[in-house]
Formats: sequence, C-alpha cells, structure tokens
Amino acid sequence: MEIKAIGCEPLQLKRVGMKDSHTLKVYQETGGYESLKKAMNMTQDDIINEVKASALRGRGGAGFPTGMKWSFVPRQSPKQKYIVCNADESEPGTFKDRYLLELDPHSLIEGMLIAAFALGSQACYIYYRGEYRYLIDIMDKAIEEARAANLVGKNILGSDFSCEVYTHTGAGAYICGEETALLSSLEGYRGHPRMKPPFPAIEGLYASPTVVNNVETLTSVPQIIEMGGEAWKKLGTEKSGGTKLWSVSGHVKKPGVYELPMGYADMEKFIMEDCGGMRRPDKKLKAVIPGGSSVYIMNAEQIIGKNVTLDYEGLVEAGSMVGSGGFIVMDETVDVVESTKNLTEFYKHESCGWCTPCREGTDWLVKIFNRISIGEGRPEDAQLLLDICDNIEGKSFCPLGDAAAWPIQSAVKRFPEDFKKWLLNKTNDNGYTANV
Amino acid sequence: MATAVPTDFTNQVVFTEETATFSPEVIEEMRSHLTKYPEERKRSALIPLLFVIQRERGYIDNPGVNFLADFLDLEVTDVWETATFYSMFNLRPVGRHHLQICKTLSCKIMGEPEITEHVCNRLGIHPGETTADGKFTVSLVECLGSCGTAPMMQNGFDYYEDLTVEKVDKILDSLK
Ligand SMILES: Cc1cc2nc3c(=O)[nH]c(=O)nc-3n(C[C@H](O)[C@H](O)[C@H](O)COP(=O)(O)O)c2cc1C
Ligand code: SF4
Ligand code: FES
Repeated sequence: MEIKAIGCEPLQLKRVGMKDSHTLKVYQETGGYESLKKAMNMTQDDIINEVKASALRGRGGAGFPTGMKWSFVPRQSPKQKYIVCNADESEPGTFKDRYLLELDPHSLIEGMLIAAFALGSQACYIYYRGEYRYLIDIMDKAIEEARAANLVGKNILGSDFSCEVYTHTGAGAYICGEETALLSSLEGYRGHPRMKPPFPAIEGLYASPTVVNNVETLTSVPQIIEMGGEAWKKLGTEKSGGTKLWSVSGHVKKPGVYELPMGYADMEKFIMEDCGGMRRPDKKLKAVIPGGSSVYIMNAEQIIGKNVTLDYEGLVEAGSMVGSGGFIVMDETVDVVESTKNLTEFYKHESCGWCTPCREGTDWLVKIFNRISIGEGRPEDAQLLLDICDNIEGKSFCPLGDAAAWPIQSAVKRFPEDFKKWLLNKTNDNGYTANV
Repeated sequence: MATAVPTDFTNQVVFTEETATFSPEVIEEMRSHLTKYPEERKRSALIPLLFVIQRERGYIDNPGVNFLADFLDLEVTDVWETATFYSMFNLRPVGRHHLQICKTLSCKIMGEPEITEHVCNRLGIHPGETTADGKFTVSLVECLGSCGTAPMMQNGFDYYEDLTVEKVDKILDSLK
C-alpha cells in the first residue's frame, strides 16, 4: 500500500516514512508543538479567524467550514466546553485517519490543544472505533509523553492553560460516526442520533458546548497556525483550502492513502497514473465511488476525458461528492447490481433502528436485492427500489438514511444495463458472483 | 467435524442474580477508566468497561453485567441496553480466536469470497459458527478500515491484511 503526497509538499503526511514518527522526539524535531506555542500567544479570536481564512472544511464527510463551526461555540458560557475528535472512521472505503493516528499521533494532540485553547476548553476526547484498539495504545503513550513534557495536563508550558486529552473506545457501530450519535455513545448510551437543534456547539457532550471534528480536520490546524490561514488556503482553491487525504481501494495497481492539493487535476490522471492504473491491465475502468460508500457512484464516462478536479465543487459538478474521500475503484468485472446490493446490506446492518423510513426501508431494499440476485427480479423492481429510496431520502431522522438511498439512486440511473440484465434476462454472465 | 454453534443468537440470555468478581488488578484497571469522565458521568465508562468484562469473562454474561450495574450505579437494564447495541460485544461465548472477515465492497471485489470459503472449509464451519473445540469462531463483518489492504480479517484486535489463501494457511497454522 502506498502512502504519499502527489502534486504538493507532504503536510498531513510530512512525518510518514520517518523512523519513529509517532514519538514526541521526532515530532518536536520536525517542528511539532511550535504551532501550539504560537497559538498560545494569539487571542482566541485570532486563532478562529486564521482557521476561517484557511477555508478548511471538515474532513469527516459533511465538509462544513471548520472556522465557522468553532465560532458557534458560546465561549462565555460558564459550562465546560469539550473538543471531541471523531476517530470512528467506519465509512466503507475510508482508512486515512488510521494512518494519521498510527504514524503521527502528536499532530492530533497538538490540533486538539489549539482548538481547546481557542474555545476555552479543558477537556478533549478522542472517540475511536472499537476495532482500532492498537491505535488507542499508541495514542495513550503519546499523551503520556506529551504530559511528561508539560504539553498536556495542568498549566501547559507554564501558562494558566490546562487541558486533558482522553481516548475513548466505541464498540462496532457505523452510526457512532454521526456526531450526535457519537456523543450519545460517549455518554454510555446506545448510539442513537439526537435531534438538531440544539447543535453540539451549544449542547453537545453532557449538554455542554462541544466541537466535534474529524481527525484530519484537527491535524490540519497546526499547519494552518504555522503557515497562516491564507497561505494554507492557497495550497488548494479559493473555496476548498489546503491539501486533503484520499483513501484509494479496489481495482487499482497502487491502492493507498494519497495527499493531494485541493483542486487536483484530474480524477482520470489520478486513477490511471498516480494510482498505477487498473490492476488487471486488460480490464477497463467501470465505476468509481469517490467519497466513501455514501456518495453517488460514477461511471467511466463521467470521468474519462472529463477533467474532473478533485475538490468539493469539482466532484459535485461531475455528479458526486468529496464525502470522506474514500475512492472505491471498480473494473468491468464488477456487476453494479451486486456492488450496490453489498452496500445496501451494509446500511441495513448499520441502521440504528431509531426511525421507520431507514429501519424498514433498508430492510425492504435488501429483500428486493436478494430476490434479484437469485434470478427472481421483476422488471418493475428498479422503479420499486427508487420509490423506496424516495421514501427514505430526506425523510429519515439522520443522514444515514440518505446515505443508503444515494448509492442505489445513482446506480440505477448510471448503470441501467446492469439492472436490465438482472431484471430482464435474469442472468449474471460475468466472473463476479454474489454470496447468496 | 465441528458442531455448529451460532454466535449471533442474542435473545437467550440466562438471567441470574449472581454477580461476577474480579481480581484487585482488574478492579484497579476499571477504576482507571472512571478518571476520564466527570464524577457524575460515570456511565461514560460503560463501553470501555464492557470490553474489560468481555476480556475477563469471554463474553458479556449476566454476572458481568450485574457487576457493572453495581460498579456504575446503573440499573441492570441500562447495561444491557448499551451492550446489545454494539456489534463487538458478544452475548454468547465465542472461540478463543474470533476471526472476523470483512465482507464490505472493497474487500469483496478484492477476493473476500475466496478467503471466506477457504477459512470455512479448513475449519469445517460456516460464518457465524464456532468449532466444536472452542478454538475458532468465524464472523463476517462490515468494513474495518483496511480497504487499501484488502482482503482482510481481524482476530480479536489484530489486523491481518493483504490476505491470500497461502497467507491464511500460515495464520491459521500459527494460532494456538
Ligand atoms: C452515518 C454517518 C457516519 C459518519 N461517520 C463519520 C466518521 O466515521 N468519521 C468522521 O469524522 N465523521 C463522520 N461523519 C460525519 C460527522 O457527523 C461529523 O459531520 C464530523 O465528524 C464533523 O467533523 P468535521 O467537520 O471535522 O468533518 C458521519 C456522519 C454520518 C451521518
Ligand atoms: S436514519 Fe437510520 S441511522 Fe439515522 S436515526 Fe434513522 S434509523 Fe437511525
Ligand atoms: S471494505 Fe473491507 S476493510 Fe474496508
């Protein structure tokens, strides 16, 4: 697997490849914790303004402007404020945070401390997906190292700023990546999402003001403080600042985690050259899901020769979304009915069961896919799938419902021939077989 | 060959009043989790502590749950409520090695079906079952964040990535 930057100096991946990159020693030798020192000599407003100027958008999937999110926190409130890092990373096709957490844990600690200083918080929690236990061990060691150097805990660097950083584990539930479900889970409850408003910035963890940010969002913060928001933004585009990590999996020669400047041109070059092209050279590119399983699937015609730029605007224009930046590349051996069935099973399994459209709808969708995959599909099933999606999308309590609908809606529209084959001829004549 | 025992059988817990006991070291470990959360928010430690119960007792059993309810000043039903939501908590015993093979899209298209078939054939069980000697349980799970090194599986908390049939054989041979 590759981990490298293309088209830019590595920032997120600056320490990747260095020996002992996870240690405080290497971190500090390469400029680590200098941004924290710098930030502690700035005003809270100045820090937030730098983050605003950077045009940093949340890397967890929704792409919400980070500086704006921070500015919603009522800093004057007498309640404790919390910084919560979302390290749940469960979106199929996404594995970038894992490598940041493994190879550069101090950059997350530093990012959280800067956020805590800017928002007047004394407590940070990192919520890991339960399966990432080995990463919690790495982080706990890093926190202890930082504490010994007076970078975490009481009176940081001799100032009157005190802040703790704690690790916390989930236990296997995709929905706990949704920020309000994450907070329910962190409080020890079932991972059900909460009604918004109130937004977490006002009433989050323990009904106190809380910022929830993705790992990569927070590890960007020290870079922004170091370079200045404007300079960081210029690495990318006017609306999508900085650089971003993309996880690439599936049928490419060189899967991996790639750091690209926002606005990288273009998607075809990225897949066909940077990622080494198709794994089996005689098989053609058929489909790409560019933003983790929840975004619209794209067909090859939307990519080849289309100059799709890799940033928030470029991917929307091309008919999909940045999402979590998880590229799943599929060659012509993949049957899109089967790949969509696979993802629909995922959403059914991960639906938290709170609201009817998502809980019942995902179950019906799987039932229909099951009958299609044993050759009992009916010509009207494609429309039936779309009708059910219509009744889930925008009608569910949280975005997981939409995430279940989008892959199907786009697959039916963009790969009609695959659906026709199953619904009219009822055969599957290629090498890829579903586990039925 | 092995007799099959389903592991996803969640609704037949044997209820008892019995409360589990733990060594002073384990109690100390549990206390250390409480220090992370505000005094009046002990419930936050529930998931980390359920993992301790699972490690110590093999799975989430009723005496373990009773203990946690006491330890955290919760109702027994509060503990069950949380424990039954999360897929990593086993409500029945599992094998000494719990092989969890990822079946989600990136792994699927990179050869998961072949890996699953091989593992199951070698062990003589289906996904969701435990070998009669209690050594192995095989489960199919959703994406574990290793899509770039697909196909993959986890044994307990250990990651095994870029799997091939040969690699799986070596892994199974090495597990005691
Ligand atoms: C179903 C669902 C799953 C999500 N999973 C994750 C996740 O694993 N990691 C993450 O950072 N954000 C995830 N999010 C997005 C979070 O709700 C939230 O927007 C994000 O953590 C905010 O941080 P950011 O602004 O830094 O991106 C998920 C959202 C939904 C609806
Ligand atoms: S949309 Fe799905 S995951 Fe979200 S609250 Fe409803 S049932 Fe739960
Ligand atoms: S799809 Fe298997 S690890 Fe992500």
